[in-house]
Amino acid sequence: MKYRVVLRRRFKTGLLFEGVLPVLSVAVALVFAGGALSIFGVSPVATYRAMFRGALGSGYGLSEVVVKTIPLVISGIAVALAFRMKIWNIGAEGQIYLGALATAAVVRYFPSGNQAVMLLTMTAGAALAGGAWGYAAGFMKSRWNVNEVITTLMLNYIGLHLADYFIYGSWRDPSSLGFPMTPPFPPSARLPQFFGTRVHLGIIAAVILVLVFRLVIRWTRWGFEIRAIGDNPRAAVYSGIPYGRNVELVLFISGAIAGLAGMTEIAGLQGRLQPGFSPGYGYTAIIVAWLARLNPWAILVVSFFMGVLLVGGETIQVIMRLPLASVQVIQGCILFSVLGFEFFRNYRVFLVRKESG
Amino acid sequence: MEVLIPILAAAVRSGTPILYATLGEILTERSGVQNLGLEGLMLMGAFMGFSVTHATGNPWLGVVAAFVKGAAISLVHAFLSVSIGANQVVSGLAVAMFGTGASALLGRKMVGLTVTGFGKIPVPVLSGIPVIGPVFFDHDPLVYISYGLAFFLYWFIFHTRPGLNLRAVGESPIVVDAMGLSAARLRYVYTLVGGGLAAVGGSYLSLAYTKMWSEGMSAGRGWIAVALVIFALWNPVRAILGSYLFGGVGAMQLRIQAAGTSFPAPILMMMPYIFTILVLLVISVKKGKGILLGSPGALGVPYSREERT
Repeated sequence: MKYRVVLRRRFKTGLLFEGVLPVLSVAVALVFAGGALSIFGVSPVATYRAMFRGALGSGYGLSEVVVKTIPLVISGIAVALAFRMKIWNIGAEGQIYLGALATAAVVRYFPSGNQAVMLLTMTAGAALAGGAWGYAAGFMKSRWNVNEVITTLMLNYIGLHLADYFIYGSWRDPSSLGFPMTPPFPPSARLPQFFGTRVHLGIIAAVILVLVFRLVIRWTRWGFEIRAIGDNPRAAVYSGIPYGRNVELVLFISGAIAGLAGMTEIAGLQGRLQPGFSPGYGYTAIIVAWLARLNPWAILVVSFFMGVLLVGGETIQVIMRLPLASVQVIQGCILFSVLGFEFFRNYRVFLVRKESG
Repeated sequence: MEVLIPILAAAVRSGTPILYATLGEILTERSGVQNLGLEGLMLMGAFMGFSVTHATGNPWLGVVAAFVKGAAISLVHAFLSVSIGANQVVSGLAVAMFGTGASALLGRKMVGLTVTGFGKIPVPVLSGIPVIGPVFFDHDPLVYISYGLAFFLYWFIFHTRPGLNLRAVGESPIVVDAMGLSAARLRYVYTLVGGGLAAVGGSYLSLAYTKMWSEGMSAGRGWIAVALVIFALWNPVRAILGSYLFGGVGAMQLRIQAAGTSFPAPILMMMPYIFTILVLLVISVKKGKGILLGSPGALGVPYSREERT
């Protein structure tokens, strides 16, 4: 008896399918990553147990997961906005750095004792700086069709070194014993923290952004334009939707939102600007947006899951003395798995008996 | 001039790992597949080359192992990009993440060890030529191989029948399939070879450049290589120039810091990236004016034989 595989294009997916597929792909990814870990000489069971115990086994662990979820949601929304228009903003990391840089600049040059004023100016500064970083790529894309994957990627590194320039240079705290960091922010420039944990005001910003993202994409004219361009740029342009202007605008807003994540991160947590304050949130945001299929509610869930992985990564770093980068093995496997399962989203697979004549 | 010679020689050495990775990515992209994961492949290559050399004492085995490892990881990317038709940007990022993480995890017990690796072998006669000799012909064998490889690939891509097929599959896979060749197979082959070369570039770092392993030692060279492919306009010979230019910036950086001048290091470290954007800008502006520059027409576009239209 011979069988052959027949593929049919799938045009509609059910709700059950949409719910099961991501869970299944993450589960498969964890199995594969576990296999990889054991090949690398690390016990996957012990690793996973340590990770999940560290992240979810205590109130403190859980609060730290939420702390990591905040920047992931914010930058995940930023990236998702651009992705919805099929614009590849790989530059959230650099935009986060620019936002943080602007926040530190506002604190340094326009300090105010009033927390509300400080919060407003820091937010505006961070959004403008991150937005400018995104806009730069958008401008080049709309004018000369410069590939935004490369420009946003390069701008990441430029932003990172730009922050270093100030941290190691004129902004360095003279009383930090030579450590590269700016002086601590005054209390008025700190975001309030809740419940005696490190969870800060950024959580409200993250939730608001999720709601606004949903509203704008679903119910506004601009949201419609973004969706139209994302689904079929050529048709959108023929129907009179300005492509270039939207590319610039979307990358500006996307960068501005990511910049906001930089602000909440340093004003909410560290209270000063230090090199490497973001452990690659901007890159993880890409996984978040992709895994969530750009759905804002799903972005919340996936960000939390990624937060668990990050806190778990810190736990295994301390307990098992594994490098922090080990988490990237798991993240990479998740992406591979999700991409592989896309196949089943696009095709229905049949086994058909071959007529042997 | 005398002052410049060591800097130029250092530019060649520092540019060599980038050159290997760029040549690999040129092959991959010429076939129509984009692999953004070079950074992860280089790190895996650096680890693999180092550990095999440390175990066997033979750096050549290390280079071969690195190539095989790079090709093996690229197989996943090829499967997702070619067979599944998945998004290549995301898959490439996954390769970069996986490679970075896996090399850090695998290499954690290699930190602090050293290998003999590759030593300098001056080329007889040629190394005696003033200026050119010390700059180009007073290095280790991997540097010489990279010269040969770049010119060989130029000849291969532009002057042979398989090279023509390679360019064809990058421009229009339908045509290649109609010719009776398998577009998918060609793309697999060149994605694997390209990934292998990137890993060889990484092994240069741990076997010839530093002769030790450290986590994240490729330090962004993989990303620069991705951009250099565009700088080189998908041309292997132009990749030589680009790689040494970027290698030179890296070499200058060390020298300026060592000289104790007050020029801030972060500004210097930004230069390669700013430069890449500028080059990309010039190329794109020219392309807008209708000047053909070698960008494969079907780059990054999945192709399915069943669904051709």
